[in-house]
Order: sequence, then structure tokens, then C-alpha cells
Amino acid sequence: MKKNTTNVLIVGVGGQGVLLASELLSETAMSAGYDVKKSEVHGMSQRGGVVTSHVKFGPKVFSPIIPYGQTDLLISFEQAEALRAVDWLKKDGLIAVSTTRLVPPITAGGKFHYPDDPIADLRKKVKNVIAIEADKIARELGDSRLVNTLLLGVISTRLEFNNTLWEKVMRQKVKAKFVDINLKAFAKGRELAAKAAE
Amino acid sequence: MKKFLSGNEAVARGAYEAGVKLAVGYPGTPSTEILETVAEEYRSIYSQWSPNEKVAFEVGIGASLGGARALVTMKHVGLNVAADPFMTFAYTGVNGGFVVISADDPEMHSSQNEQDNRFFAKFAQIPFLEPSDSQEAKDFVLKAFEISEKFDTPVMLRMTTRVSHSKGIVEENEPVVLPEGSFKRDMQKYVMIPSNAKKRHVVVTERLDKLREYSEKTELNKEENNGSKIGIITGGIAYQYVKEVIPDADYFKIGFGFPLPIDKIRKFVDAHQINLVIEELEPYYEEILKAAGIKVEGKKYFSRLGELSPYRVSLGMKEAGIINEAYSAEIEPEQLFPRPPILCPGCPHRGAFMALKKLGVAVTGDIGCYTLAVLPPLEIMDSCICMGASIGNAIGMEKVKGHKKGVVAVIGDSTFLHSGITGLLDAVYNRSNVTVVILDNRITAMTGGQQHPSTGYTLMGEPTKSVNFIELAKALGVESVREVDPYDYKKLLEVFKEEIEREGPSVVITNRPCVLMPKRIMDKPHRVILEDCNGCSACFRIGCPAILPSKELTKRNRPKAEIDPTLCTGCSLCAQVCQPEAIVLVEEPVVR
Repeated sequence: MKKNTTNVLIVGVGGQGVLLASELLSETAMSAGYDVKKSEVHGMSQRGGVVTSHVKFGPKVFSPIIPYGQTDLLISFEQAEALRAVDWLKKDGLIAVSTTRLVPPITAGGKFHYPDDPIADLRKKVKNVIAIEADKIARELGDSRLVNTLLLGVISTRLEFNNTLWEKVMRQKVKAKFVDINLKAFAKGRELAAKAAE
Repeated sequence: MKKFLSGNEAVARGAYEAGVKLAVGYPGTPSTEILETVAEEYRSIYSQWSPNEKVAFEVGIGASLGGARALVTMKHVGLNVAADPFMTFAYTGVNGGFVVISADDPEMHSSQNEQDNRFFAKFAQIPFLEPSDSQEAKDFVLKAFEISEKFDTPVMLRMTTRVSHSKGIVEENEPVVLPEGSFKRDMQKYVMIPSNAKKRHVVVTERLDKLREYSEKTELNKEENNGSKIGIITGGIAYQYVKEVIPDADYFKIGFGFPLPIDKIRKFVDAHQINLVIEELEPYYEEILKAAGIKVEGKKYFSRLGELSPYRVSLGMKEAGIINEAYSAEIEPEQLFPRPPILCPGCPHRGAFMALKKLGVAVTGDIGCYTLAVLPPLEIMDSCICMGASIGNAIGMEKVKGHKKGVVAVIGDSTFLHSGITGLLDAVYNRSNVTVVILDNRITAMTGGQQHPSTGYTLMGEPTKSVNFIELAKALGVESVREVDPYDYKKLLEVFKEEIEREGPSVVITNRPCVLMPKRIMDKPHRVILEDCNGCSACFRIGCPAILPSKELTKRNRPKAEIDPTLCTGCSLCAQVCQPEAIVLVEEPVVR
């Protein structure tokens, strides 16, 4: 068991399934015997705003919020949102990001600009970036909502929990009829992460 | 058994383990999930949503008088609404244990102010407990009921957003077995006519002395000694943040926040060279300790605005000279476009605000999803104060002829039932000329879709009567009450215009349900014929998340529009404002 706390920040836009992803990760860490806390804000954020979920696990966790600049793993369901949260990451931290682009109407007026290539901007700042076309792959697998388990699959390769544990938690927490397809997405995420590491 | 629970879920569990018989409240972030969890997981507890917090509180009092343990839940500002029974129930005391949850919202994640309700407990002279994580949230509920019955007092459990909505590991136990309680007639105790109330006020003061003794002894207030010269006095979520920053300091952790254990804290402070009070929002502990002549510092280093965090605590610690470096970014931050919350695609409120904007009237607003109409690009809301305020605000502004084009109050269905009815009665009684728009989406939407007196269902899922807004408004004396489809832009303009010009108060009810709750509504989506789009941006200005700037530009370099077919619900409002008629229905099936 690791002695330090591991800090995982999951970000996205309201409705993308950020909260389920952080729930699965937390339950897995808890099953592995860790103390776990997670924090997010409900309410306004659900209406197309930014959603962030902090997950911390270790032998003993105090604050449910990650200290600024201390994130080990950043998972982003949207390109630009990864960039928005990038300063929360440690220098040697890892980003798993979906290439999903959600351009808000506010950028139509010309006053605000959605970055041309957020992933390229991320790579300029951070060494470890795994970008996957999660939306496209999820739809190929049969459901656009699989983005969260895909991304979890990606980061699972950087965490110590074995596959059996992840699977056990998914069987408990995901609706029965969606379990198999979610496990498939998870495995796909692991495969993509392995490819990215090559 | 160990479970991973939010603070709110833990409170619900605590209520179950404490043998609560009745749980009641009104939805409000961050408190809502407490009652939702009770209704879902602990069906042996009778639970209900009341129309507002005052009624909820009074229902809770009734259950307590009847000899049962009662839990009442609300957000911080909800306690303002319930303040009337709250202040006097402090005098009568309880029969069955009574705990009120005040879920405060430091940082105003979803609130109109960030008042610190610890002062409310002190104001009413009742004890409050303040948990710092989910396990404590559950344990403190049980403790609060014991204290309530032992000292014959209502007890407040003060939660904050980060305790309510953070999750942690909780050890679950079996519920306690309580003797069956019943009502005991005691008029001098419960009937607060002046002669009785005078005697009860004496009791309150004596009770406070006993509570003070208890506060000095209880384990809810505990010391953690690590042999440090630095003493930290803290409570609630702030404790967890400080532990993150300097785990090895000495701590005086306050769990029982009123009355404070002054003697114990004095001793703690005397034993340390540096003493800091670290608390979120107001200097509540700090002022009490300073008034008792105890030398501490607090708000000198830590802001009274917004919520604390490990980062903000570290900044204050550095300023106080306790640590050398605060947390900082190792990676340069990026300045990005904002992504404010906006009305959903297909939201039935959108059409009403488009029409009101066109008419140029003053719009007094209220609390709900529709308050988002204040943000760009709609930007059509002129006030938002508290639940139900829109109608009174409109009456006042109209009486002084504050806006030449007229004043319209907009209010949601749940908010209208919460505290808009009396406002509308005022409009009738005092011969006001206001127009009241009831945005009836048939659910309490902002807080995630709760039932209310017009949805036809109770919290526990039983079918019930559903209030009819048209008949209700007519019964209050409104002569002109009209219903309109908020997806019909022309009709909205016409009806609003007529009603605004009409003498006397009038009510317009928009009648489409929320597109998210209780069922997701998705009709055939629309698309943009790019060659017909002239880039006029009329569709962008309705603020629909499904309408995006296309990469294709017009000759004048303006972006054309495109519609995300997975988001579009087919409400057609954009098509109705598109002059070149470039927005049409998608005929082929769409994979969402």
C-alpha cells in the first residue's frame, strides 16, 4: 500500500458523467483498503457549467479537496476543460483527456475564444498527456455515455488496483444491463493507454 | 458495515439509526439529498416535502410534541423563512427529540448569500453541532438527538456544502430502540402567550448554564496534542483543511459550537505560544473567545469571504508565519473563456425570457433555474433577492412607476407555492397593475427534480392532489389568468403584451414541463442549412447550448450556426427567430 495520498481530479461539463467516474474510482480505492474522500459541488454546475470532482485516497485522508497544484492524475472529459484545470496538476502528473470539444455559445459573440488546439497547448505544458477520441470510440462501442469508463480504463494503468477489483466495483455500481458494455469500454481504455505508452 | 457516503447521506443514515419517525424539509442546495435519501433508503421513516421551510419546521415541531424524534432539513436561507417558529420553539423546548439541519453554502455555489447560521443558533440560544466529515455527520445526528432530549431543546446541526457534498467512509450501525413516545398536554410549556413565555425565557437561560457545563465535558469538543507550540482552534470542514496543511500542530477541535467550552479553550490557549482560530466565513468563535479575554488571532490571516480550502488555509498560515511556503502551481495556469451554467437545450423558460427581452419591460426575478436568464446572452432579469420576492418587488416598482414599459414578475411553480401566493394576494388586494408569469415546469428543477404540491406526487411517491394554478390565481381574485405554450414565440409576445397593458393584476402561466425531469424529453432535432444561414446571430442570442458557431463563415467573416443533434430537443424556438428560415427539422433518425 502506498504511504502518500493520491490525488485525482476529474473535470468536465455538466451532464458528461464526471460524477459516476469519480464514484467508481472512489469505491475501488475503498475496496483496496484505503481511506477515501471525494468532493464535488452540485446545483448550478449541472446546467452546462464546469463540473469538477476531487478524489483523494491514502492511509488517512483529511481534506476532501485537493490542495492547489498537488494533483497526481487529471482526467478530463473535454479538451479545453483539461487546460482550465492544468495548474492543479503536479509537474510530473498525468493527464488523460478526451478529445471531445464542447464549444459554449458564449464564444459565438467574438468576445471569448475557444482555443484552436487545447491538446497541443496541454502538451506544451505537461509531459504526460494521453489524449483519446473517447466520444468516437464510445459511440463505436454503442453508447456515447461510455466515455467515463473508457477514461477510467486509461488511468487505471497508472494505479495499483488490479482488474478484478475494478470489475467487482463496476458490477456493484453500474446498472446490470450496462455492466458488460462498461467493462468492454474499460478494457478498451487500458488498451489505448498501453498503446500511448509505447 | 462500511459505506462510502456523502455528508447528506450520512445525516439520513444518522436519522435512521437515531429512530427518527418523521423527516421533513424543503429542497435547497446543499441540503436536498438528505430527505431524498431518507425517502429512498429508509422507508420506515415518514418523510415529506413541505411547501416551504416554515411549514416544514412547524410540522417537525408537531411531531416532536407528539413524542417522536423529528428531523427538519433546509439550506441556510431556508432558516430565515423558518425563523419565526425556530425562535419560539427554543422557548418551549421539545417532547420527542428535534434536530434542524442548517446546510450553509460558503462560497455561494448555489445561493444568494453566504450567511453564517452559527449565529442563528446563538441568537435562538440553542446548541449547535458542527461535523467535519461524513462519519461525524452521522455520529453527530445521534448525539444531537440525545442532547435535544436531555436538555429539552431543539438542536441545530450545521452542515456546509463541502461536508454535505463530500463523500467519505462511514461505519453503519443498527438503529437504536426507543420507547414509544406520546403527546403530553403541558399548556404552560407549549402555549406561548406572554405569561407563559416569560417563564419559559427563564428556563432558556437556565438551560444555557447547563449546556455550558456540558460543552466543557463533551467529547464533541476535543483536544489533539502532538507536542506542538502551535495551537489551532477550529471546527467543521476547516479542521480537515488545516490538518492537511499542518498535521502535527496541536488542535482544539470544536464539534459543539454553542455554547463554547470557554474554560477548556482558555487552558488550551495558555499552553501554546501561538494560537490561531481557523473558521469558515464569520469570526464566530474568534469574537466569543476574544470577548472572554482569550488571546487568539483568526480573521487577521484568514478571509471571512467564501469558503476555505487547503490552499487558502496555506496562504493564511504563511502570512501568520507558521509555514514558509503556501501551495502553489507548478504548471502555469491558463486563462480561458468562461463556461457559465445556462438554461438547458429545450428549456421551457427560454421562450418567456426571449419575449420579455423583446418587450423591454423590467423583470423582477426569483429563485430557480430561470435566474440563469440574468447571464449572457439573455440578460433579462432585474432583481433576485429571495424565494417569492419577485411579486412584491414588482408591486413596489410598479406603484412608483419605476419603469415606463411596465414590470413583470417571473416565478417558478415550486417557488410560487413556497412564498409567491401571498405576494399575488397583495397584488390583488392593493390594486396593482403587475403581470405575474408563473413558469410552470411542473417540478422543483434547480435542486434536481423534487415533487411539490402541484406535481401530483409526494416525496414518498404516493399520488396526491395537484394544485391548479389557474383556479388558485382566480380564487385569490386575479381576473385575467392565461395559459400559454412557451415554445410558441409569437403567442408569448402577444399574450405578454396584452397582459402588461391590461389594468389590474394578471397572471400568465407557461405550461411546458422541464426537459430533464422527471422524464428526459427529446423530440426530433433541428439542423441549419448552411447555405441559407446569413450569420445574423439571432439564434446565438437565445443562449441555447445546442447552437454552436460553425467553422463555416459568411462573406463578412461571421460564423454561421450549427446545431448539435445530440443536444437539440426540437423546441423550435431558434427556427422561429431565424429570418432566412435556415433552421429546419432533421428528418433522418439521429443516434444520440
